[in-house]
Amino acid sequence: MEDDSGHLNSLARACLVSLQAEAPVRVPRRRQFKLQLPCPAIGNDENRASQRNLKLARTTAYHPSLTKQSAKMEVLLGITGKDFTIIAASKAAMRGATILKASDDKTRSLNKHTLMAFSGEAGDTVQFAEYTQANAQLYSMRNGTDLSPSALANFVRGELATSLRSRKPYNVNLLLGGVDPITHKPSLYWLDYLASLAKVPYAAHGYAQYYCLSILDKHHHPDITLHQGIKLLNLCTDELKRRLPIDFKGMTVKAVTKDGIIDIEFDDDKVVKMA
Amino acid sequence: MASGYDRALSVFSPDGHVFQVEYAGEAVKRGTCAVGVKGKDVVVLGCEKRSAMKLQDTRITPSKIGLVDKHVCLAFAGLNADARILVDKARLEAQSHRLNLEDPVTIEYITKYVAGVQQRYTQSGGVRPFGISTLIVGFDNGSDVPRLYQTEPSGIYSAWKANAIGRSSKTVREFLERNYKDDMDREATIRLTIKSLLEVVQTGAKNIEIAIMAPGKELEMLPVEDIENYVKNIEQEKQEEADKKKKGRTPGTGTAAILTRSQDEPGDH
Repeated sequence: MEDDSGHLNSLARACLVSLQAEAPVRVPRRRQFKLQLPCPAIGNDENRASQRNLKLARTTAYHPSLTKQSAKMEVLLGITGKDFTIIAASKAAMRGATILKASDDKTRSLNKHTLMAFSGEAGDTVQFAEYTQANAQLYSMRNGTDLSPSALANFVRGELATSLRSRKPYNVNLLLGGVDPITHKPSLYWLDYLASLAKVPYAAHGYAQYYCLSILDKHHHPDITLHQGIKLLNLCTDELKRRLPIDFKGMTVKAVTKDGIIDIEFDDDKVVKMA
Repeated sequence: MASGYDRALSVFSPDGHVFQVEYAGEAVKRGTCAVGVKGKDVVVLGCEKRSAMKLQDTRITPSKIGLVDKHVCLAFAGLNADARILVDKARLEAQSHRLNLEDPVTIEYITKYVAGVQQRYTQSGGVRPFGISTLIVGFDNGSDVPRLYQTEPSGIYSAWKANAIGRSSKTVREFLERNYKDDMDREATIRLTIKSLLEVVQTGAKNIEIAIMAPGKELEMLPVEDIENYVKNIEQEKQEEADKKKKGRTPGTGTAAILTRSQDEPGDH
């Protein structure tokens, strides 16, 4: 209409002006409000922006073969039983052929009854785990209730899948164990950096898989008690000490029960002789 | 030309007022009352609860007192819907702070943040200010010094020993000014909070909510029965005082009252 008005004669223009004066007030153009992310991601724009900048700044990558070897040397084990889930992770923090620390804790609790163990590229692991932890806790604060282990596992899978398709994906492998706060059913989820998700009765990551899964196949039963679970874990770690070419400096062992996450004393100094 | 107006709702009036912000203050005054009182090692929040309708499920209706983080509690007066958004932003910031700095927020920090958000909404285009005032209480990580802050729609924040916001907040604040004592214990703090709320809440215990925070502990919501006990107790005491006053008016006891008072005074100092 305004384009046309340029071609009108003065009389017509006067009519138009009077028409416009009587016309109802123009509704202002609708503002596009940016919605907050529906998922519990810490994903408001400011944070996303800062994350993007971080990723842009991080252009150097470790030599792939170096990372992969040492990441596979890290031991993650998970065992479920009647009313518990055990999560165990090796204590050695490695870089290449060097052990930097022998008391590393590769686990983070996501909420009162969900625990996550992680291995993979140094830096990525803790960053991703704590990011997940923050989101789990944000959900709890916002909704006054915790996410269940299965909900968390699927959330984490989604985050990994998004990350996998980004310019620099997280190189993180995870075990996520928990006990459902309502049904008290234990569960264990196996996730890797390709965003695979599997609900399993027992699990391992890295080279440990080759030694432990066969033992667990033979001895695991879904109705075992926590005590039996620890015994089973001992079988696994003994075999690892026997077969793994490097010392992984013992295990941090934690168990999730209906009462929450508990630390479990574990004898790291036990010497295992070759059979 | 017209497009310039719909964007800037908060413009100065010729005499220097920003009306939208002042109207937001009105919305706060119409909201239900909230009180915060600091004790020696405890801080208590009290709220007037709007009486629920017959079919309303009060168990799952949101409360006016909410947690921002495990150690930070927030109560508000004003528009409930606005508060939800503001509390959500505060929760996000609290978790973000934990993630980035590996430390929980201090009460002052989160107050500053909340006030900052409120301020932003008085100076941006296409928005209206938050129609709420908040009381933010809690204990900093590893500290047992209670904190109590207030924020306003304009973005002002301030620290208090005890304060009230919302409907008849002036009456309650004046009551608190008369009755506040330093270093109150838990019982005395809860009692003062409830007593001050009773100045404006007629319906008694069932329309009062009390939240208690202590260092290193989780938020405790006082059960209704306990509030009822306090209310009963306070009302009984008030009754006794009123009786005493009545007696005081009769000539004989009047002189006695003056005598005892003069006896008490030297002991006090």
